[in-house]
Amino acid sequence: MKFYLPPQISRLAIAFAVFITLFLVARHFLVPETFGQYGHYRGASLDDNAMPVIHFSGQQACLDCHQDIEDLKLQGPHKGIHCETCHGPGQAHVVSGEAKDIFKPSGREFCGNCHSSNAAKKKETIHQVNMSTKNPGKNCTECHNPHQPWKVKK
Amino acid sequence: MEPQHYKDLYDILAHAQGYIFPNEIDLQWGILIVVYPFITGLVAGAFILASLERVFKVTILKATYQIALLTALSFLLVATLPLISHLSQPQRAYEIMITPHSSSAMAIFGFVYLWYLMVVLLLEIWFDYRHSMVLWSQEKKGVMKWVYKILCLGVTDISPRTLSWDKKLGYIITIIGIPSAFILHGYVGFIFGSIKANPWWSTPLMPIIFLFSAMVSGISLVLLVYMVISRIRKIAIDLSVLDSIGKYLFFVLILDFTLEGLDQIHRIYEANESFEILKLLVSGKLYLTLFVSQGLIGTIIPLITLAFLQFYRGRIKLRKTLYFIVGMLVLVGVYSMRWNVVIGGQLFSKSFSGFTSFKVGLIGLDGTLMAAFWLILPFGILAFLLWLLPPWKMAPEED
Ligand code: HEC
Ligand code: HEC
Ligand code: HEC
Ligand code: HEC
Repeated sequence: MKFYLPPQISRLAIAFAVFITLFLVARHFLVPETFGQYGHYRGASLDDNAMPVIHFSGQQACLDCHQDIEDLKLQGPHKGIHCETCHGPGQAHVVSGEAKDIFKPSGREFCGNCHSSNAAKKKETIHQVNMSTKNPGKNCTECHNPHQPWKVKK
Repeated sequence: MEPQHYKDLYDILAHAQGYIFPNEIDLQWGILIVVYPFITGLVAGAFILASLERVFKVTILKATYQIALLTALSFLLVATLPLISHLSQPQRAYEIMITPHSSSAMAIFGFVYLWYLMVVLLLEIWFDYRHSMVLWSQEKKGVMKWVYKILCLGVTDISPRTLSWDKKLGYIITIIGIPSAFILHGYVGFIFGSIKANPWWSTPLMPIIFLFSAMVSGISLVLLVYMVISRIRKIAIDLSVLDSIGKYLFFVLILDFTLEGLDQIHRIYEANESFEILKLLVSGKLYLTLFVSQGLIGTIIPLITLAFLQFYRGRIKLRKTLYFIVGMLVLVGVYSMRWNVVIGGQLFSKSFSGFTSFKVGLIGLDGTLMAAFWLILPFGILAFLLWLLPPWKMAPEED
């Protein structure tokens, strides 16, 4: 019996070969130039990621000018909380050193963000107070120093 | 001064209940990610129905064979678009194909998809239509003549020997196609099932559940498309076709229901540390979409109706109407199932102590209108394909 190759097969083989070649050619041109420079990603993406405006400076930057507050904070239960957790993004203020560029929290709700009682929060993780019965009408900072809450003014 | 981000934070916290982690406030996967597995499921299901006809030689279903294939193709062409439009950098989507990483489930899916499109679906349709396309290219004049010539890649040989090869090769493709369709949709389930941090998703049953719900939805879709096409062409709907599709739908739906029940029973019996929050999830935020929409409307009512239709041989009009309604209900049910998986899995906190909430926007790239567009587009494509490759004008088969 003579070997018979159906015409469909040979034509499809050509079509697939063309498709795969096109794919490889396209791939050659489309793979970003810096791909694989450092790993399985586009090296230039590091620059892209460095471009956005910086909002947060990190706690270390605050300490150049406010070491006193950090020293105080380290003595109390808020020692693990960084400045910008409460004061918001601080890069603009780090650059300018002006009061208007930084948020100074006030009010009972602010402390309540973390301390208001919530059945779903674990008691061992954070101390909670009932906001409606805890010294109503008074600002928390009238008694507690936010940087060292156990320095209670009576 | 109180910066905007604090105001935003207060607004956002109003959407949360209990205790959640900061990155859980927003749902990263919205309605478009619900649409994506829904559409892929329709593809796999429609294809599997077509394959049943071919492999088991169910002559009654011949009438729906091409319709099922073309439906699968129309939806497959759209399947990835919801994903791409969900990206914030859609212009980079192709990079997943040109620089894939073997550890990326999504990148490998790109190739599973490509395999299924190029090697399975297009080839099966091509072998099936080649004879007719050659005849059409001889009949037609002008542009269409050339369109058909190009479509059959210039293979104009229609000697009996070559035609018999069309059949043989098409059959081989069908055989390859069934596991491929299983992989295509099982894979979508795998993408969810393999996320081990999420107890609502992480189960090895996920690919199988996805597969069976895919078959259920694909079969319903073909049933509906067949009825609508017959209506439009003003030809009588063949009730034996409906009965036959309905029988398959009935059995697959039973399997699907059993598997999903098994998954839940397993969860309930195991009752691990995530169980409390999942119990709150299904009895609260998912109550309507899970018990009412997916369970009652999408499964129980269709099951009872289909069981009834298995032996009821009475009024024809009533039976047709019932089949149509069942088809619609099942589609609603499977859509809800996708919703419950995708959205449900993101509503509870991984602290197991709280919930966030989800609101779909109407407009925007991630909104309802966009999702509706991706769901309607395949029907447009299907209409075009039916015009280009009308199953009812095909060359008669000679055995
Ligand atoms: C370059 C030095 C410098 C750095 C760095 C710096 N500050 Fe200040 N900060 C100041 C000065 C000076 C003032 C007092 C401004 C005034 O009273 O007008 C001040 C005031 C403040 C105030 C009070 C604002 C008010 O409304 O009264 C806060 C809060 C504050 N800083 C927080 C921070 C935080 C948080 C950081 C780190 C992100 C930081 N600072 C970094 C110099 C600095
Ligand atoms: C737990 C939240 C919290 C943290 C953490 C915190 N602060 Fe404050 N800070 C406050 C509050 C609240 C006030 C306002 C106090 C008031 O109005 O009496 C304040 C006020 C200030 C002031 C104004 C001067 C003063 O003493 O009233 C400065 C400066 C300041 N903080 C700097 C810092 C720096 C620097 C850090 C990090 C080392 C820091 N804060 C960490 C809550 C916090
Ligand atoms: C960012 C979240 C946060 C904010 C805002 C915050 N705290 Fe705290 N606080 C903590 C954490 C965390 C602890 C340490 C865990 C603990 O002991 O509860 C703590 C501890 C305390 C304690 C000691 C509890 C104990 O029994 O040891 C007091 C008192 C306290 N905070 C008062 C305040 C006051 C007053 C404010 C508002 C000025 C405030 N906190 C704002 C997170 C916060
Ligand atoms: C009148 C002064 C005063 C005010 C105002 C005040 N506290 Fe206190 N707070 C105290 C004293 C004193 C203690 C320690 C004795 C105690 O446990 O009652 C304390 C204890 C706490 C503790 C630890 C509780 C525990 O169970 O261990 C937290 C947390 C706390 N306060 C948060 C707040 C918050 C938040 C506010 C604002 C809503 C606030 N406090 C307002 C005086 C005050």
